[in-house]
Amino acid sequence: MFRTKNMFFAVIIIGIIITVSILGCCPAPQQAASNPQAKQVSKKITIWHWMTDRKDTFNELAKKYKAQTGVDVEFMLFFPPDIFSQKVIAAARAGNLPDIFGILGEKKTLGSFVKAGHILDLTSYMQQDNNRWQESFYPQTLAVNIFEPANSYDVMPGIYAAPIDTTVMQFVYNKSILQEAGLNPDNSPKTLDEFIDYAKKAKEKTGKDGFVCGFGEGWLLHALATEWAINIMGEDKFVRTIKGEVSYTDPDWIEVFNIFSKLKDSSIFVSNIASLNNKESEDAFSRGKAAFSFNGSWAVNVYNQLNPGLDYSFFSLPTASSKFPAKIWGGAGSSFMIHAKSANKEEAVKFLKWLTQKEQQIVLIKETNNLPAIKGCEAELPPKLSVLIADLFNLTHPNIWPKNEDSRVIEVFDSGLQQIVMGIKQPKDVAQEVQNTKDRLSKK
Amino acid sequence: MNYSSVKDKAINFSFVAPAVLIFSIFWIYPFIYTFILSFQEYDLISPARFVGFANFREIFSDPMWGKCLYNGGFVTLWALTFQNVLAFMLAMAVDKVIRCNKFYRVVFFILPVLSEIIIGILMKLLLSTEPAGRDVLNNLLSNIGLGAFSQNWLGEDRVRIVTAIVHCWKGFGWAFVIFLAGLQSIPEQLYEAARIDGANAWQSFTKVTVPLLMPVITLILVLTILGTMQTFAMILALTGGAGGLTTVPVMYIFFHVRGNLAGLACAEGLILGIILVTVSFTMFFVSKLVRNKYGVLSR
Repeated sequence: MFRTKNMFFAVIIIGIIITVSILGCCPAPQQAASNPQAKQVSKKITIWHWMTDRKDTFNELAKKYKAQTGVDVEFMLFFPPDIFSQKVIAAARAGNLPDIFGILGEKKTLGSFVKAGHILDLTSYMQQDNNRWQESFYPQTLAVNIFEPANSYDVMPGIYAAPIDTTVMQFVYNKSILQEAGLNPDNSPKTLDEFIDYAKKAKEKTGKDGFVCGFGEGWLLHALATEWAINIMGEDKFVRTIKGEVSYTDPDWIEVFNIFSKLKDSSIFVSNIASLNNKESEDAFSRGKAAFSFNGSWAVNVYNQLNPGLDYSFFSLPTASSKFPAKIWGGAGSSFMIHAKSANKEEAVKFLKWLTQKEQQIVLIKETNNLPAIKGCEAELPPKLSVLIADLFNLTHPNIWPKNEDSRVIEVFDSGLQQIVMGIKQPKDVAQEVQNTKDRLSKK
Repeated sequence: MNYSSVKDKAINFSFVAPAVLIFSIFWIYPFIYTFILSFQEYDLISPARFVGFANFREIFSDPMWGKCLYNGGFVTLWALTFQNVLAFMLAMAVDKVIRCNKFYRVVFFILPVLSEIIIGILMKLLLSTEPAGRDVLNNLLSNIGLGAFSQNWLGEDRVRIVTAIVHCWKGFGWAFVIFLAGLQSIPEQLYEAARIDGANAWQSFTKVTVPLLMPVITLILVLTILGTMQTFAMILALTGGAGGLTTVPVMYIFFHVRGNLAGLACAEGLILGIILVTVSFTMFFVSKLVRNKYGVLSR
C-alpha cells in the first residue's frame, strides 16, 4: 500500500495532525459538573468577577452568607477586564462556566450567551411574590439585562442578570480651582457655552487646564457624544440613526461633531487628551491639574483613594440645545448572570437575591462607594453619591436601546471624534466617514 | 516492511511524536482554525455562520485597513533603515576591540528582552507632557539649557514618527546581536589578505564585510519586516492608536477580536500573513539573485 516506510510514517503523522485539528474544531462535551444528573448538587457556589475594588468586600460577604446559610461561596477574581472577558468566553465554549459570572461587553454579547443557552432566565424568580425581587431594583438598572419581546437580537424575552450596583456618567468639577478662578464653586455651568466660559476662565486665572478626560478610550467620547446627541436631536431621532433611517451627515449630527471642534478650538483640553486613558485622566483630576472632567460615578471611590482631600462635585451635562432634555449615560453597572447548566442554579439564585438585599447593598456602598442597584438605600449614600440618585431615573445606555450600532461604525465614530479633538479632521468629514462605514456595512 | 524495521521506525517516530503533537496543537490546528474562521461570521459564542468571502470583501473595502497597513509600513520603513543602520554601526563598534565591549553587548540586548508593554508605558511617562506623563524629557532638556527643544512629543504632528523611533530604540538590540554574530564569523585572514592587496578600510568594508554579511543582512531585513509589521503592544501602551494615526494592522485585528468579530479578525490575520510571507520570500529571492550576480557565496 505504501511505497516506502517513510511514507507510511508520514501518513501516521499527517493522521495525528488531522485528528488533533478535527478534535480541536469540535465543540467540547459538557463537563460533568455542568450536568445536574451527572453530579450531586454541591453546596458551593463559584463566582467569577473582575472587580478588584470589591475583592475583600465580596470575601467578607461570602463569609457572612456561609454563616447564615451554611453554603460556601467562592469569589474568583480575574483581572484585567479584557482577560476576564476572554476567560468567560473560553469557559462558555468549553462548558466550564462557574455557577455565577459577569459579562463585560455589548448587549449583543449578552444575547449571544443567552442564545447559546449559557444563561438562566431569571424572570420567574424576579416575579415571585408579586414581582418582589424585580421591583426592588431601579427600573433602568435592571433594564440593561432585559430582552423585550421582538427584540432586535432575536433573544427569547426575559431578565437574564441581576445588577449588584450601577453607574452614571457625569461631569465633575474641582471646587478649589473654580474658587481660585473667582467663580462660584457652588454654581456649576448649565449650558455648553457657560461650560466653555468657565473652563477658559479657570485656565486663564489659575494656569490649570480646563478639561481632562480619557478620550483615548473611545467609549468615553462615545458616551459624551451620545448625551449631547440626545440633547440636540432627541432619543427618538438618535435611535432612528442607529436603525439607518437618519444619516450621520444630518445637520443635527454635524452639530454634535461640531461641539468637539468647538471645545478643541477653545483650548480648554489638557494636552494629548486623545491619547489619555481614563486612569490617567482620573489621576490628573485628583491631582488638581484640571478644572473639569467627565467620568463615571465610580470616580468617587477612585478620587477618594488618590486624593481624599479633593474638593469636587458632580454636575449634569452642560446642554448644547434647549430642544430636548438631556439624558445621562448610565445604568449598566456590574451584573451577575447564572449559568443555565449549573448544578447549583437554585442556590445561585438564592445567593443573588441575598446579595441584592438592602443590607448587603449597604455594605457594598460603604466599602466601594458605588451607586446601589436597588431602591431604599438612599439614606446610606455618602453625600457625593446621593446627588447622583436622581439621575437613575433619567438614564440612557446602548443596552436599553431597541437596536445597537455596529461596533465597526462606533469604531469609526470614536476615532473620528478623537481626530476632531486632535484638530486633524473636520466635523463634516468625520460625519461622512461614519455614514460611509454604515452604508458599506448595511450593504453587506 | 519486516517487523524489526517497523519497530525501529516506530521507536524513532516516537521520539518525534511529542514535538509533532505540540506542533499540531499549537501551530497547525490554530492555522487551520484561523483559515476556517476567516470564512465565517463568528462572535466567539454563538455558532459560527459560513459567509464565504464576505470578510475578505469587507477588508478590501475598509479604508481603515489600508491606513493600518500604511502605519505599519511607516514604522517598518524606519526599522529597516534607522534601526538596522544603528544596529550595524554599533555591532561594528563592539566587534572591534574596544573597552567594555561585553558591557555594551549586555546593555544593547536589555531592551529587546523587556516587555513591549513596559517599554510603551515607560516611554509614555517619559515623553508625555502632563497629565499623562511627567514631562521628564522636557524637564531634562530645560535643565541642560535646551529648553527651546521642549515640545509635545506625542502631539498629533509627531506621534507617528516618535512611535517609530521608540520602536526602533526597543528593537535594535536583536539586529545588533545578529549583526555581531555575523561580523565575528568573518575570518580575520580575509581582512589581512585584503590589506596585503592594498585595500583601504572602505574597500575592506565594501568588498569583504558587506558581501559576506549578505545572508545575515537578508535575514535581518526579513525579521525586521515580520517583527515590525506584527508589533502592537508597545504602540497600544504608548499611544492607544492616537485616533488612527498609529493604529497598526495587529492592533486593528486585536480591536476586532475584542469586539467579538473573530471571523473578520481571522481574515485580516490571514491577509497580513500572506502579505508578510510574500514580502519575505521576495526578499530571499532578491537576495539570492544579488548574491548570484556578484558571485558571493552563501556561508
